[in-house]
Amino acid sequence: MTPAWRERLVTVTIRVAGVSAIAFLVVIFFFLIQQGVPALREVPLRDLFGSRWYPIEALFGLVPLVLGSLWVTLAATLIAVPLGVATAVYIAEVAPRSVREVVKPFIEVMAGLPSVMLGFLGIAILAPDLYRRLHLTTGLTAFTGALLLGWIAIPTIVSVAEDALDAVPRAYRDGALALGATRWQTIWRVTLPAARGGVLTAVMLGIGRAFGETMAVMMVTGNAAVIPRGLGAFFQPVRTMTATIAAEMGEVASGSVHYHVLFLIGILLFAISLGVNLVGASVVFRARTRAERILS
Amino acid sequence: MVNLALAWAEAYQTAAPTVEVSVTGGGSGTGIAALINKTVDLANASRRIKPEEVAQARANGVDPVETVVARDAIAVVVHLANPVDHLTIDQISDIYSGKIDNWREVGGDDRPIVRVSRETNSGTHVYFLEQVVRRGDPADKTLFAADTMLLPSSEGIASEIAYNQNAIGYDGLGYVTPEMKVIAVGKTAGGPFYLPSVDTVTRGVYPIARDLYIYSTARPTPPARDYLAWILGPAGQALVADSGFVPLSNAP
Repeated sequence: MTPAWRERLVTVTIRVAGVSAIAFLVVIFFFLIQQGVPALREVPLRDLFGSRWYPIEALFGLVPLVLGSLWVTLAATLIAVPLGVATAVYIAEVAPRSVREVVKPFIEVMAGLPSVMLGFLGIAILAPDLYRRLHLTTGLTAFTGALLLGWIAIPTIVSVAEDALDAVPRAYRDGALALGATRWQTIWRVTLPAARGGVLTAVMLGIGRAFGETMAVMMVTGNAAVIPRGLGAFFQPVRTMTATIAAEMGEVASGSVHYHVLFLIGILLFAISLGVNLVGASVVFRARTRAERILS
Repeated sequence: MVNLALAWAEAYQTAAPTVEVSVTGGGSGTGIAALINKTVDLANASRRIKPEEVAQARANGVDPVETVVARDAIAVVVHLANPVDHLTIDQISDIYSGKIDNWREVGGDDRPIVRVSRETNSGTHVYFLEQVVRRGDPADKTLFAADTMLLPSSEGIASEIAYNQNAIGYDGLGYVTPEMKVIAVGKTAGGPFYLPSVDTVTRGVYPIARDLYIYSTARPTPPARDYLAWILGPAGQALVADSGFVPLSNAP
């Protein structure tokens, strides 16, 4: 094989790989639309906005499920973002080399833990412990789910944010320190803002990971389809969209109204994750143009 | 009833080593759906097949045939430290529909009631809804209270009942563990109240008992037919009792 041919083969292979990712996404999207949109015809819109989800009696109110997902994701974000970004800063900026070489692989192992195993630990240890310690009525709550989701999202946030911090040119830090800034001022005013795009991407990926997680949430959130009201609802059961699909899809007769509604939930999930990613991308984009303006 | 199906399949390996039986769980609806889609020979179910499922099966060229293979009692369970030891069907119905919200109202401590149920895809859930929450009245449209926790597995129910003093749950007799207290159930407030057991189910006095089914096609394959016959025979029925269910041979 001549070098030119080899070059062409590699180019074509890479192009096919790249295009196929988009093609798969488009196919999945069309399949979701095709299976989910009939639900809008079969169930009156008012019923979909109802507050009760009980599919075996044809009650298809999606409000508790959507709010349940958002609620758990919000709580998980509040836990995972500060911890994840702080850990990334520590690894990239503060930790001595020896510590860094131990901590980083550990975080990566954390990312590899199967979520069903975490869910199992959640049921067996975390739920009874929270029940006793916090005097809850049950240990299977939105908060329990958020703790597990936080654990699941942290490795994603840490590894992406750490890469972004690592990519900030050495000269930025040296410049800040030479101007008399303390280490903390350097991190907070220079390094973090310089890596803002990557850190925001890390946060968005983390949120997406938490939002789409299924197994662990289904095992520990109690799956009661109630609308969360007030802060106390953090310590009450919720039912997420992903858990609903996972729990019910196996049973449902294909082509039935219930089946179509489950796909409609899939479309909603898809739309919300897409929204989160678009918001993330636009923030990153705006931040970058502003930085470019300042530098020019 | 996946435990029972697994016990049968395992024992049948020694009874008929040339036949391979593989078992998948997931709830009665899952099994029946698989029978309709022709991916299995036999579907175990803890509830009767629904008319729309029969229609779907027929449309797909499958004619489902029902065989009662065992009986089962649904045990109502609470935490070991819960002082309540008997309830009427009406009280259980009111607890699950949300009319009763505190254990005090049924003679227990002043504690909120946490309702635990199987997921809606479980035959046990549907049976409990129809026979207990709605007291067997087809015109009754009572629902589970919205805050009823729907747990995807019997293990989830077992662990919740084991640690939570507020919880009430239900599941097949075969899933009762020593870490739960079983409630005696009666039809009227004056009693009598019965604990679920092989004896009380066979005598027909325990009020929450049901048949367990296997659905096959009208013309099952010879190995499937032999397996079904073996299940109904003495060896298969002995395993029914071992798995915590009620064998047919003792039935009245």
